Amino acid sequence: MTETALHILVIDNDRLRASIIEEGLREAGHARVTIIDDFKAIVRRITEIDPDVIFIDLENPRRDELEHMFQVSRAVKRPVAMFVDRSDQASIEAAIDAGVSAYVVDGLRKDRVKSILDTAISRFRAFDRLKRELDTARTALAERDVIDRAKGILMRSRGITEPEAYAMLRKTAMNQSRRIAEVAESLVLAAGLLSREGEP
Amino acid sequence: MSRNVCAGFMPLLDCAPLIVAAARGFAEQEGLNLVVLRETSWATVRDRLAVRHLDVAHVLAPMPIAANLGLGPLSCPMQVPMSLGFGGNTVTVSRAVWEALAREGAPADFDAAATAAAMSRVVAARQARGEARLVFAVVHTHSAHHYELAYWLASAGIVPGADVELIVVPPSLAAAALAAGQIDGFCAGEPWGSVAVAQGAGVIVTTKAHIWRASPEKVLGVRSEWADAAPDRLDALLRAVYRAAVWCDDPANRDELARLLARPEYIGQAAEALRPGLERRLTAPDGTAHTVPDLLTFADRAATFPWISHALWLYTQMVRWQQAEMSADGLDIAAATYRPDLYRRALAPIGAMMPSANSKIEGAPAVETPAGASGGRLTLGPDGFFDGRIFDPENALAYLESLQTGASAQKISGA
Repeated sequence: MTETALHILVIDNDRLRASIIEEGLREAGHARVTIIDDFKAIVRRITEIDPDVIFIDLENPRRDELEHMFQVSRAVKRPVAMFVDRSDQASIEAAIDAGVSAYVVDGLRKDRVKSILDTAISRFRAFDRLKRELDTARTALAERDVIDRAKGILMRSRGITEPEAYAMLRKTAMNQSRRIAEVAESLVLAAGLLSREGEP
Repeated sequence: MSRNVCAGFMPLLDCAPLIVAAARGFAEQEGLNLVVLRETSWATVRDRLAVRHLDVAHVLAPMPIAANLGLGPLSCPMQVPMSLGFGGNTVTVSRAVWEALAREGAPADFDAAATAAAMSRVVAARQARGEARLVFAVVHTHSAHHYELAYWLASAGIVPGADVELIVVPPSLAAAALAAGQIDGFCAGEPWGSVAVAQGAGVIVTTKAHIWRASPEKVLGVRSEWADAAPDRLDALLRAVYRAAVWCDDPANRDELARLLARPEYIGQAAEALRPGLERRLTAPDGTAHTVPDLLTFADRAATFPWISHALWLYTQMVRWQQAEMSADGLDIAAATYRPDLYRRALAPIGAMMPSANSKIEGAPAVETPAGASGGRLTLGPDGFFDGRIFDPENALAYLESLQTGASAQKISGA
């Protein structure tokens, strides 16, 4: 028995996340995936794409607009219901926990949609992990920058070498049970205040 | 039983009682740990209620009724034990539409009847010239905004969906949509009308209070399961939110309220942008400031009381705009969603103003009138729909028929 591939639409203004979801769906064998990253002429575009399943970020502020359109637009032919099955509380909870909302054309068989939904949920989670990793990396970069600036201030004001400046920061941090980056930040802040006070 | 309460809200002035209950110690006094969470759409509020992320929420008054009628997706049984006040909305149009209205004699004093009449002439002239239909935005399908805007337009013979388009746009994006020419007008809660005015994108032509003076807007929506699990906890929450609403109405607290709501975790707009709504002073089309005393009422005149007649009026509008079928069951479900009995149980013991009736004739009395009450002297009114109609909840069907007389094929259409 052959079934036509379901057409999946992902509406997400975060292009990175959208492409991560798309990749996951394609890997799972769903080739018909379309991504829209804005709401321009949304009704016409949804009519043209004629999707079977729609995913949108749970936090997208335009979901009320989308749901209204599903309810009343004559252009979008088939009624669209939310989620696979209202009684499938576990899927609904998993999706909302992951931050994704799904709209599925009424009458689609549950088993056909379930795997698509599961893939989208796991990809939303993967994106969250990636974002956290990126944030950590960014924080680390920012910390290195502030430590460099603090070392520079110490080297100039005390006439010491870079290793000496770093050792001084480390010692202060240990004495105060603080992180080196925190000590460096206080120093940069204080130096900024002092130099500004000195200005005319 | 846990004393934690997770409450969702949308960034609008009328979320104030919930925010104040959490931030000013009213919830704490009741032994509750009230956590308020800002959401980005009503759909998300509904979804988070359905999966129990939220216990209660600041919701559009028609939403719990729609949920219990099974009208939207993913609904869970809801109860409304308290209203979050009257008013709060404005009808704001683009500068171009205002200029057309002014040429048709629209006054600059927010008068609903005169501006609707001018609007009907503008719409007719556009039709005669073969121009595109005007597009108006509301914040949600099941919203008082939708029903009052449609009521106002229809009163002047403008058929929403046929003569003008109605679409949904989130309030925070409405000013930008107006500036970009994507919509010609919108009905949304403050501060968003005043934000559009401040940005030079829009002109406030009338307000919710001018359409219906003491009209329902947001309510405290509670998951039935949560309400039933711990009646004491619900009562404690109602007392906290009620005291917060009274605090919000006190002019002495306005400054503090504006600064509190302005914080990024609440409304996240400059306190200045919130003041017009909180001070009930709006910029009229001619640029002068007008006081609109009924613009926003948190607690005064029993504004927190969940009148069953409000639920029934909202249901008649769902039927009027073809969202629901009129039925005896529907009337029962709408009426049973509002729970004045819970309000009384929680608030009578602390001497809150308590009307003796659960339902009233809406649109009356026209002047301030003493009403049967305990806990103090209650005056109801002045109330009134701008077209002078009244809604008798005992005769919902006759009311609906009187509204539909002469109207044809009224259907809200998509974009």
